[in-house]
Amino acid sequence: MSILLEARDLYAGYGGNDILKGVNLGVEHDEIAVIVGPNGAGKSTAMKAVFGLLNIRQGQVLFRGEAITNTKPEQMVRRGVAYVPQEHNIFPSLTVQENLEMGAYLMKGDIRPRLAHVYELFPRLAERRRQPTGQMSGGERQMVAMGRALMIDPSLLMLDEPTAGLSPRLIDETFVQIQRINAEGIGVLMVEQNARQALAIATRGYVMATGANRHEDTGPALLADPAVAEMFLGG
Amino acid sequence: MNEILQLLVYGLVLGSVLAMGAIGVSMIFGILRFAHFAHGDFMTLGAYLGLAFVSAFGLSAWWALPAAMLGMAIIAVAIDQLIYRRLRRTQPVILLISSFGMALILRSLVQLIWGSDNQTYVSGIQFPWRLDWLGGLRLKPDHVWIVLISSALIVMVHLFLSRTRLGKAMRAMSDNMDLARISGIPAERVIMMTWIIGGALAAAAGVFLGIDTRLHPMMGWTTLLPIFAAAILGGIGRPYGAIVGGMVIGISMEMSTLFISASYKPAVAFAIMVIMLIVRPQGIFKGTL
Ligand SMILES: Nc1ncnc2c1ncn2[C@@H]1O[C@H](COP(=O)(O)OP(=O)(O)O)[C@@H](O)[C@H]1O
Ligand SMILES: [Mg+2]
Repeated sequence: MSILLEARDLYAGYGGNDILKGVNLGVEHDEIAVIVGPNGAGKSTAMKAVFGLLNIRQGQVLFRGEAITNTKPEQMVRRGVAYVPQEHNIFPSLTVQENLEMGAYLMKGDIRPRLAHVYELFPRLAERRRQPTGQMSGGERQMVAMGRALMIDPSLLMLDEPTAGLSPRLIDETFVQIQRINAEGIGVLMVEQNARQALAIATRGYVMATGANRHEDTGPALLADPAVAEMFLGG
Repeated sequence: MNEILQLLVYGLVLGSVLAMGAIGVSMIFGILRFAHFAHGDFMTLGAYLGLAFVSAFGLSAWWALPAAMLGMAIIAVAIDQLIYRRLRRTQPVILLISSFGMALILRSLVQLIWGSDNQTYVSGIQFPWRLDWLGGLRLKPDHVWIVLISSALIVMVHLFLSRTRLGKAMRAMSDNMDLARISGIPAERVIMMTWIIGGALAAAAGVFLGIDTRLHPMMGWTTLLPIFAAAILGGIGRPYGAIVGGMVIGISMEMSTLFISASYKPAVAFAIMVIMLIVRPQGIFKGTL
């Protein structure tokens, strides 16, 4: 069986010079793959390129072994890939439930079982289902964002800094949720600033800098690597 | 007191007309990010389409409404597909200017087909009801119908936006375009529905205005300023705000005649718009401007 998602030697940017200069990524069905690296390394850019939001100038994206380079977001969703961007990842004037419904826009048939599942994963959202999300706390918004992505019952979930701005307690909770989602058989590809905690649960870890891969190994192995620790984990 | 009540009635009628136009302007801005300058002329064309329909079949004036709404919904989608759609990948300012051109084209077309004289749906004047228990308030049946039908249309828009999948997708797109795309919401279908609703409501505004006053090729263009004022006051991109904005502007314009000459009514709308843009540019309902 071929690997769930693979990116080979990606070159992409925002119209001007390439930001990504040869990025390689991969994630298996039962894996949590984590990308870490300094600000401006191109981590978010890599996620956008994979999801079809930027034009990939060179390189390949493969999904279940099939070339899907530069596939439009709508088609990515249809294939079962869900993406939560780093910022602006909710519809603020829509209620919690409406946000979730938008995540399921392309789903045919009854979405209620899916809604129930997301509410079970995030009980706090169930209590606030009729509330507009614009006024909610950072942690709740992040749950809405992740819940929206989970509505299509994805086989791959792409998360860009899901713990940004959260309290230490909520960060722990989020990592537990991500592991739980992964245990359901959903592959997770995520960018994280909390490198230590993220790499600790990562079956694959990537260290990116200036638009390219620097190190690649299992998460724990990267954590133990002195070169990585010195460069990106603050010693 | 009596006079204020009477002006309030006129204000509600004008407010209904403005709300019908402003909902469309606000939705189009929310989804496509440009001020649709041809909206007033959508009103005009709608009003004349209604006139053509009722005179061709010898029907009563109110039949102009469904005919105009249907006709303008189709024409609005056609104009979008033929012209605006091709310009969407450029900057919004190009869309704005092309809509200005579209306004001129539609107005000239109306003038070419129907002439530039005043016309009416029915000749003769309508006698108002006199409500003695309300201090002799005079109420025209037409006015009552305009307010009632607008309210019904507003309820329908509300149900569409709050209950249907496509309606929610429309609000989602106006909230966060990128996330809508990431969620797989089909943008083109939402855009088409926006034009259907915008076009149909503009036509309703035109027919109401034609029933209340008269038809003239400039009728929509001269109403565009208060419509924009209503949309901005309510928070552009927010259809609910547009309804409130329309009522506030309509009532303010009519009430202003207590103090200043009626010919300054548009100036009142303009003044409210400018003050709003200075004090709270995002509008009452925090729009996307
Ligand atoms: N929308 C954009 N347009 C142009 N350049 C951008 C845009 N977003 C990010 N960049 C640039 O791309 C580089 C990588 O950014 P990003 O991928 O967001 O980094 P990271 O997520 O690793 O912090 C930065 O130099 C940034 O300035
Ligand atoms: Mg980033």
